[in-house]
Amino acid sequence: MSALTIENLDVSYGDSKVTHDISLSVAEGESFALVGESGSGKTTVLKAIAGMAKSWTGSITAFGQARTPGIDRGFARQCQMVFQDPYGSLHPRKTVDATLSEPLAIHGISDNGERVDEVMRSVGLDRRFRFRFPHQLSGGQRQRVAIARALILKPKLLLLDEPTSALDVSVQAEILNLLKRLRREQGLTYLMVTHNLAVVSFLCDRLAVMRHGRIVEVADVDQLKRGALENPYSRELIEFSAAHPKT
Amino acid sequence: MSALLEIENLRVTFPTARGPVDVVKGLSLTLGRERLGIVGESGSGKSMTGRSILRLIRAPGKVTADRLRFDGVDLLAQSEKQMRAIRGARISMVMQDPKFSLNPVMTIGAQIAEAILTHQKLGRADIKGRTLAMLEAVRINDPERVLGLYPHEVSGGMGQRIMIAMMLIPEPDLLIADEPTSALDVSVQAQVLEIIDDLVKRKGMGLILISHDLDLVSAYCDRILVMRGGEVVEECVAGELRNARHPYTRGLLASIPRLDEDREELPVLLRDEAST
Repeated sequence: MSALTIENLDVSYGDSKVTHDISLSVAEGESFALVGESGSGKTTVLKAIAGMAKSWTGSITAFGQARTPGIDRGFARQCQMVFQDPYGSLHPRKTVDATLSEPLAIHGISDNGERVDEVMRSVGLDRRFRFRFPHQLSGGQRQRVAIARALILKPKLLLLDEPTSALDVSVQAEILNLLKRLRREQGLTYLMVTHNLAVVSFLCDRLAVMRHGRIVEVADVDQLKRGALENPYSRELIEFSAAHPKT
Repeated sequence: MSALLEIENLRVTFPTARGPVDVVKGLSLTLGRERLGIVGESGSGKSMTGRSILRLIRAPGKVTADRLRFDGVDLLAQSEKQMRAIRGARISMVMQDPKFSLNPVMTIGAQIAEAILTHQKLGRADIKGRTLAMLEAVRINDPERVLGLYPHEVSGGMGQRIMIAMMLIPEPDLLIADEPTSALDVSVQAQVLEIIDDLVKRKGMGLILISHDLDLVSAYCDRILVMRGGEVVEECVAGELRNARHPYTRGLLASIPRLDEDREELPVLLRDEAST
């Protein structure tokens, strides 16, 4: 079954249309990447799926369930988002416990003591961090909290918006390993936005290259590894990434 | 060739509730008119090193060194007023994010003109001419129009190029670039670095490029210092980074995913073990 199907998605902010005619389909259990430079509309696509960009036309369907613009609780249970910057996405005056319990309260789930414990274990956070505030955690630990917050509702689809670009390389490696393990263990589907092609190569199965609000190419990650993308713009992106060769 | 910058036993200390903490612990380096890269992770003290050269560390932070000389001038002995004559004119610094380092309520033209006027007395027509020429040098199309814009009206990449134009217009001898491109896209990143590189080569400036990105530093520098916990753990020629010896450097290199990644899992640094 297809986990996520998007057809002819046009998102606008006010009068300006940001994405044009986006169509893509992500299979269940697949990890799919959207790449492109800033302003190409990749994050906007995620925002429309998550319900944060409300003015769009076209259709977004996850696990056979169509989404309407705006807040949709049933959809939120299936699909959660992780943001780029863990320094900005966690409430500075809420403890890890409060942050992780909030989605449960919103969705009226009562067994929150155990669930918080369980989700913290699965993202590799020790129990002693449970009553700490974000400023008492390192960047990597914060991103683990952000991932735990997304996972606590047991969604099947995760939207990842540059989940590692604000982190140091060694911490990036930890978070990438974590995401890979979680996907394997929990059968998650990922839709990830990134500009780092090496990250795509490590974590994803397929990718779509976006430019000026349109998808210019959809390819297998093998094609990326072989440098065999067809579109001239995609090839340019690979060149930039290879400009300072990965050692 | 005499050294442009000599640092010996540089220490930066901040007081904390648990006693003073050294964020830079006895760093020494000598810089000629070359491109030096300083890499390290957050908290390694790389930015503090850059800032202490310009004496930008404010109380309660304390900077001490056995020697901190720039072109024969003892930087630690300068008064604030003398430092102001050095900052910008002789040593310039490009900061990380243009969003925070440009003045949001001044037009681009006015900010660049201010950078010139602080150090030189020039007529209005001359200033405009210099400003336009500099904006062209950092490859901004239609500089006439950009002069009248405010920082929020330009993109991140353009903002960073404007910052560079502003920093380079007094023609400094040493440019310190602290993560100049980490707020930018890959495609723009390359452009900005090439501009810096080109200007450094043409004007014979010294460059200190501070970054957490090993690949980037090895591509744009001659020599690299790897910092960790306030100390230099390894120094090498940029091209030799692949053959780095220190386990920390090797660990960092290994943890970067590659474009043709086929490892099932990335090696990570064991923090506690590595710090002993």
